[in-house]
Amino acid sequence: MAQHKVDYLKDGGAPVVLTTIDKLVNFGRSNSLWPMTYGLACCAIEMMASGASRFDFDRFGTIFRASPRQSDVLIVAGTLTKKHAQFMRRLYDQMPDPKWVISMGSCANTGGMFNTYATVQGVDRVIPVDIYLPGCAPRPESLQYALMHLQQKIRRNKAGMSQKTKRLI
Amino acid sequence: MRKYEDKTNKQKKSYHTDRFYKSPTLPKLDVCSNSLFAMDLSSLASIVDIKDAYIQAGHMIVYINHTDNKKAISHMRDTRAYDFLVELSAIDYIKDQDGFEIFYEMLSTTKKTRIRLKCFLNKNDTIQSVCHIFAMANWSEREMFDMYGIKVKNHPYMKRILMPDDWHDHPLLKTYPLTGDESASWYEVDQIFGKQNRDKIGEELRDTARVDRYDTNRFSRLGHEVPKGVDITNGEPDTPIRYQEDGGSLLVTKFDKKPSKILDKRK
Repeated sequence: MAQHKVDYLKDGGAPVVLTTIDKLVNFGRSNSLWPMTYGLACCAIEMMASGASRFDFDRFGTIFRASPRQSDVLIVAGTLTKKHAQFMRRLYDQMPDPKWVISMGSCANTGGMFNTYATVQGVDRVIPVDIYLPGCAPRPESLQYALMHLQQKIRRNKAGMSQKTKRLI
Repeated sequence: MRKYEDKTNKQKKSYHTDRFYKSPTLPKLDVCSNSLFAMDLSSLASIVDIKDAYIQAGHMIVYINHTDNKKAISHMRDTRAYDFLVELSAIDYIKDQDGFEIFYEMLSTTKKTRIRLKCFLNKNDTIQSVCHIFAMANWSEREMFDMYGIKVKNHPYMKRILMPDDWHDHPLLKTYPLTGDESASWYEVDQIFGKQNRDKIGEELRDTARVDRYDTNRFSRLGHEVPKGVDITNGEPDTPIRYQEDGGSLLVTKFDKKPSKILDKRK
């Protein structure tokens, strides 16, 4: 295993960091993305595996929360049925801004193989999506890659400006 | 084991060519060939009318009138030791016979035999509930109503079980399209945004393999991202994928392989 030794006097001097508000806020936001536990189908198994010790989501600062009030990211992991769509919308509305959505797996992206009457053909019909993660089901590494992309997206934002709420209509 | 068949050029040939292929049915045996079933049938015949009876695949199949369903099932449970109602549902025969075939699959754990009571129900008829005989029938009858629209009399809670309460039509009918009718395709939009916003959300994209390269409202290419709705008919800029921002992000040190100690073996 790798062992890092940071010599503060050598690399970057004394432990004082000069930065901008943007960077600081985005640093905080991007490194403590708390997703809501929102497993709908088999993708949820991969999502749980990402959270567990082998893949270890905690090292990204990503800790699953069981309440929409405490979470920033909604990982839609699985098939969204039409009966359930309004409940997901309600949970999304209950999340405080700023909030992001990862649509995980084929079913959440496009309805996937469920080209039927009862399945929502892509969660972007119901909530605005930031990252579409393909796969059936995506491996935990892919989910972590999607999360890293989301982190990059957040770091590109101007944090000082007020976040515009994303709306479908 | 499955019968051996020649597998030369198997993948080149289409596996199924006969459009009007009728799968062979299993032979129907006479009920007299099994003494247990014969006793069950003669006992049942003393209570209700038997339209037809035979043994197929080790099950006895008995056709009765739909008005006798409760009588027959309670008789089979009480006197013939059929202590399980395994499954009940319906089959849509509206096109050919203008009605449904309803089946009750029963199992006797002591005799180790299975029977299937079948009855035919016209489209507009109702059937008596058997959930006071077998509690299992409660949900199955609700499902039967949900999927086929068959109304069950004397059911304690005759309501949809799987589909939402305000769902239009019954989805397992053969006339129901697989991808749903109009109300189904707009269901979640109507629920959440209201009917007036249908055109803002847009039609469902049913062909999941369809990718329109120039539709930047719905699609974006990894490494070629542009803002939503931008016209890219003249090409889009190349934005290289970076795993970490140049110079690293705040307080996160870049991984350098050289000074790290790499173990040959796990400890």
